[in-house]
Amino acid sequence: MSHLLQIQDLEVKFALRTGDITAIDGINFTLDRGEKLGLVGESGAGKSVTGFSIINLLSKPGYISKGKILFQGNEISLYPNEKMRKIRGDAISMIFQDPMMTLNPVFTVGFQMIETIQAHRKISKANAREIALEKLKKVHIPSPEKRLDQYPHELSGGMRQRIIIAISLLTDPAIIIADEPTTALDVTIQAEIMDLLQELCASDNMALILITHDLGVVSQVTEKIAVMYAGKIIEYGATDQVVQHPVHPYTEGLIKSIPGTLIKHGDDLVQIPGMMPTLTNIPPGCAFNPRCYLKESICTQKTPELQSVGQGVQAACHMKTKRK
Amino acid sequence: MFAFIIRRVIQAILVMMVISLVGFSIKSNIGDPVRDLVGERVTPEERAQMAEKMGLNDPFFVQYTRFLKNALHGDLGTSFIYRKPALEVIFRHAPATIELVLGAALIIALFSFPLGVYSALYPRSLLSRFTMGFSTLGVSIPVFLTAIMFIYLFAVTWHILPSYGRGETIDLFGNGYWQTGLLTIDGLKHLLLPCISLASIMMPLFIRLIRSEMMEVLETEYIKYAWAKGLSTRRIWLVHAFKNTLLPVVTVFGVQIGIMFAFTILTETVFQWQGMGFMFLDAIQRADISLLIAYLVVVASVFVIVNTVVDIMYSFINPTVRIAGTK
Amino acid sequence: MTKLQKFKESYFLYSFKRDKVAIASFIILVILIILAVTAPWIAPMDPYDANNIDIMNSEIPPMWSDGGESQFPLGTDNMGRDMFSTMLYGLRTSIIIGVCAVALQAGLGIFVGLTAGFFGGKTDAFLMRLADIQFSFPYLMLAIFIGAIFQILFGVGSYERLAVPLLIVIIGLAEWPVYARTIRSSVIGEVNKEYVEAARIIGLSRPTIMVRHVLPNSLTSVMVISTIQIANAVMSEAALSFLGLGMPVTKPSLGSLIQSGFEFIFSGSWWITVFPGIWLILFVLVINLLGDWLRDVLNPKLYKG
Repeated sequence: MSHLLQIQDLEVKFALRTGDITAIDGINFTLDRGEKLGLVGESGAGKSVTGFSIINLLSKPGYISKGKILFQGNEISLYPNEKMRKIRGDAISMIFQDPMMTLNPVFTVGFQMIETIQAHRKISKANAREIALEKLKKVHIPSPEKRLDQYPHELSGGMRQRIIIAISLLTDPAIIIADEPTTALDVTIQAEIMDLLQELCASDNMALILITHDLGVVSQVTEKIAVMYAGKIIEYGATDQVVQHPVHPYTEGLIKSIPGTLIKHGDDLVQIPGMMPTLTNIPPGCAFNPRCYLKESICTQKTPELQSVGQGVQAACHMKTKRK
Repeated sequence: MFAFIIRRVIQAILVMMVISLVGFSIKSNIGDPVRDLVGERVTPEERAQMAEKMGLNDPFFVQYTRFLKNALHGDLGTSFIYRKPALEVIFRHAPATIELVLGAALIIALFSFPLGVYSALYPRSLLSRFTMGFSTLGVSIPVFLTAIMFIYLFAVTWHILPSYGRGETIDLFGNGYWQTGLLTIDGLKHLLLPCISLASIMMPLFIRLIRSEMMEVLETEYIKYAWAKGLSTRRIWLVHAFKNTLLPVVTVFGVQIGIMFAFTILTETVFQWQGMGFMFLDAIQRADISLLIAYLVVVASVFVIVNTVVDIMYSFINPTVRIAGTK
Repeated sequence: MTKLQKFKESYFLYSFKRDKVAIASFIILVILIILAVTAPWIAPMDPYDANNIDIMNSEIPPMWSDGGESQFPLGTDNMGRDMFSTMLYGLRTSIIIGVCAVALQAGLGIFVGLTAGFFGGKTDAFLMRLADIQFSFPYLMLAIFIGAIFQILFGVGSYERLAVPLLIVIIGLAEWPVYARTIRSSVIGEVNKEYVEAARIIGLSRPTIMVRHVLPNSLTSVMVISTIQIANAVMSEAALSFLGLGMPVTKPSLGSLIQSGFEFIFSGSWWITVFPGIWLILFVLVINLLGDWLRDVLNPKLYKG
């Protein structure tokens, strides 16, 4: 039962002058070939940190303090930087949030594509250019030949995100990590980009980790979902099951707060009261307890563990797991 | 692109017009072209005649137009001290100054880039702290003091380098215009101290500029993305980050070379370096207005041309400027 | 809460107390300023008074070297003046010129900046173009040039008599664009804010809004620029005096003192140059260090360029 990617008890800390703070507190999940996983949560929940820790690119004071990241059975979290570099952008690609900021403004699109291929394959410039062109066609960019010689600022946001997707495809990766890939784009373009990602995963049998705060997008694209709250996964399972029958009060609240397809016609939109705690002052017990309508005394005393609640879903909630 | 160049060139011409106007008003108010031409031993009647003949009683605007016309033909008046056309005097002194500035620019480029980039990449290392501390001290030392210090140490105390003059020079084109000190050991030896002192003023500024720009660039999303693409450290630092750092630095470098010309006045005075700055000071002390104004016009042209060329060059390296310029 | 209390609890004071370099620079600066201001009372002799000067005392080395005399702790210069006294008076002159020149720059620059921001349109374009053009020339060269024109205009004699006000004007004229550009950019930034809109609705005139409401918001930048500009002005004054376009040797500033010592450095009388040099560097250095610190703490949006 070897998974493509397996995160085991991962803990990430940030070393600050006042002491370490925990950004990710012991999370577990797996990803198989061709599988699409949604990492959902509010900003600051630890979604992006999870994404960056997989390719070992945590920004400066952050470090993996515990746990394992296994990719194709190898513990890549132990790899030295040079060995890890060969995986980054090759077997695991990443798509960033804001396409306006992601491409280097002083190099042409072609330059930035060719250098990526040449960083991972011994290949001539001309051949690399061929591959780049092929991938640009694959992301349905109009007049791809011309784009190669253009600078990023000559292209629109949606076009740039397509190019970034094309860059992530260059090396035929096994996994693409997309960190809020549509947040910075217009609504109409968001849908196009999501469709494109879905189409590519299907045709190339790539696995996708979609990091987003948008449950609606996740429910349309992914098969599996992990809901994060204050550095922990609080609900994990098949997307359909979780979205239709959320167990954790937080997931429930999230779903009820989105207008549109997820709630039935006639239901009220509900807002979760309060705000997610910052990493420096997480309340004792269940981190969600101050905002929870099911709260009882145990919730402020003991941290709930992720437990199976049936239908292949796991949740971390004292009240829900007790009842089942 | 073309429209952008045209616009910059028109701007440059306008600036030159303003400067020539300022220069000419000074000249027509306090200059004495008759003396420039015939010296002081002439009677008042002869002077008045000369003045009439030279058109000095014409309306201001007529005289200014004549000044401009002459200037375009390379005639910026006659130097009273040297008894030669002012422009020729300046051109004879220019090579010494140019060699000095080029030498200093070379030293600056050679040291500030490695030091600036290094202290951006390893801000906590000992060398970086030392560099930053030294650069704060550096901006606080006036250039003439650095120069005097060098003379005292290297020439007076240790006798290893010469303290003044250009040393042995070679006539580069055989027509007496370009006496170069770059081709003889003695000339290079004489060049060393003046160049280092001139470089010492700009060096701290450049190290700081390169360091802060580089640090800013290293924090950007596109550098983070370059890491995520799996590029090598060397490529990210030396190709991606460095090229983005280079842009603002190149612009400033252009402007600062201009400023270095100003500081050559000080360096040349201390080292008795027979360049334009030395000549300029001589002209001030002996009230040679024509030479002063000619110097003003020439130096201003150099600045305007350098600034314009740097702007245009910048638009070639930085594609975003070019687009903004054409639209 | 009184203003003093407010100040005591401010972040400004807090970060000052934590920064040893800032504290040391501040203390040295205060000592230097006190020494300069009280020079006429604490200096052992008055170097401007020809009656006190005895040419027989010229070029006496500092008291710890051979031939030094305890009467002249740092030695004497080529005219027989006590180095220590001359340096105190020189620093005083340099500071007066520096501060006044910066006041002139700031006044001129703020006026131009406010006018440009206030009228906008063509006035703005014209004034800023003017500032840009001047900015593209090195201020030192401008200062030297203006100085040269003044010297020819007034003749060397009157120039030396009028040196202090003339230097203030020269340095003031050479560097105003720094202020004009900063003030203008902050005016433009402030004009669209709500409080300006509100002030306009209650019927305040535009000049009143500019001076009473917009200007105070730019004062942080003005303060940071001013510290560094004072250091620059003192350096410019020293450079001009070194070139013979500044203070005469009879009433030396630090620059002219260094210049007069330069001739004697070849004969080994290093102290005439070195002591005023260190004095000047120390003064400029502490101001620069304080300026760096101020910029870090106040972090104003300075005009980049």
